[in-house]
Amino acid sequence: MSTAAKQRQTIRFRGRSFLATVLAPELPLGEWLAELDKLAGRSQGYFASRPVILDVSNLPITKRDFTELLATLYEREIKVMGVEGADPSWLGYGLPPSVSGGKHAEIVHRPSAEPPKPQQGFADRPIPSLLIETPVRSGQSIIFPQGDVTVVGSVASGAEIIAGNSVHIYGSLRGRAIAGTTGNAAARIFCQKFEAELIAIDGLYQTADEIDAKFRGKAVQAWLADDKMNMAALA
Amino acid sequence: MSQVLVVTSGKGGVGKTTSTAALGAALALGGNRVAVVDFDVGLRNLDLVMGAERRVVYDLINVVQGEAKLQQALIRDKRLETLYLLPASQTRDKDALTSEGVARVMEELRDSFDWIVCDSPAGIERGALLAMRHADVAVVVTNPEVSSVRDSDRIIGMLDAKTEKAERGEYMEKHLLLTRYDAARAERGQMLKVDDVLEILSIPLLGIIPESDAVLNASNVGSPVTLAAAESAPARAYLDAARRLEGDVVPMIIPADKRVGLMGKLFGRRAA
Repeated sequence: MSTAAKQRQTIRFRGRSFLATVLAPELPLGEWLAELDKLAGRSQGYFASRPVILDVSNLPITKRDFTELLATLYEREIKVMGVEGADPSWLGYGLPPSVSGGKHAEIVHRPSAEPPKPQQGFADRPIPSLLIETPVRSGQSIIFPQGDVTVVGSVASGAEIIAGNSVHIYGSLRGRAIAGTTGNAAARIFCQKFEAELIAIDGLYQTADEIDAKFRGKAVQAWLADDKMNMAALA
Repeated sequence: MSQVLVVTSGKGGVGKTTSTAALGAALALGGNRVAVVDFDVGLRNLDLVMGAERRVVYDLINVVQGEAKLQQALIRDKRLETLYLLPASQTRDKDALTSEGVARVMEELRDSFDWIVCDSPAGIERGALLAMRHADVAVVVTNPEVSSVRDSDRIIGMLDAKTEKAERGEYMEKHLLLTRYDAARAERGQMLKVDDVLEILSIPLLGIIPESDAVLNASNVGSPVTLAAAESAPARAYLDAARRLEGDVVPMIIPADKRVGLMGKLFGRRAA
């Protein structure tokens, strides 16, 4: 084995959110484009460096109209990074991917005079916590990027807990526990009975296969040290 | 007060239809007026298990769409006069079931029956959601096997989120019915044990139905097992489960078919 291969960093998946402008065209497309041009004319280059999501749900158009629309938008320097509500058969190689489940946010269109405030670290502010008092069932996903998640009950196979900080499970962990998703390496995972399919802290993943079998069925905690997953039985 | 019961599971082939028929008949034997409703539109089976397939004229979809009256579609059982079947349509698809239409039919059924037992289709799609939507109580049918247990867990999550009762913020009553249970295989570790399943699903146990030929035989002659072979082990387990649904406290035992002696076993095996 070469040294390069030995020193290869583990691949990490991190989440990051961006604000995208959503364009929802209306029929007839010609008139809508004319209106868009009028708006874009008022603030030159508005779309040049902005991510744009094209929302075509409830728009009765064909695949051909759709590809033409993408091309027309491209000519106007509007680069579509994702499409919402398109027929899956329209999309494919060389076309933007399908997206869904976006949250509504106001886009404030004015330049800010003040430099953005530096982001506060997790250590500097109180950590909110979410308490779940029922078992988390297969297919359910608890997402709480703000802080800790505590579950009084079990997390089933095929269920997942995603927390910005630590995950505490007073029961069996049979599904996935993902802690520190917002880039918090100090987050930990605690559970009463460890049967997990996957655990992750700050984007560092370990599947059940990679975890020492001696922890199965035990009360354990997991944490990161030097970018490595550590686990220990809780006495 | 009438109760709407949904028999559901997520996974197919675990015994929903068999259990619907057996529990429906058991409740009717106890003197209740019972309607069993087949929600498995396009793949109807309950009429066969109830032995009513040759008497189907109108079905659930006809009633939902207002093409027939409820009284015209209900088929009265030949053996028990308080047991009725509302069959599913074999020729239409699930999209023909409208949410408002199903709500109206359920209300109408509540007026004339003590128990309305809904046989859910497999899966977690529209058909299964409509079948559970108006239920007061759910029976989750599970085999002692990992994939069935996980699918049941998924369905329990949906019962807690997508039923009218759950949406009103009320507690959705759920019971576990463990079917096709083979004590010998569970002992040898070839099947999940009862305690393992209960620990994973954490809902109360309604009954344990032992694996038995009596179930298949009953289906083949078109009769709920609780009527065709009332003395068989699965029938006794279903009759106990029905009593528990009515609120009776019945000790939980796993009924067994008559023991075959050692010699019988040896010879039986040799003959087979």
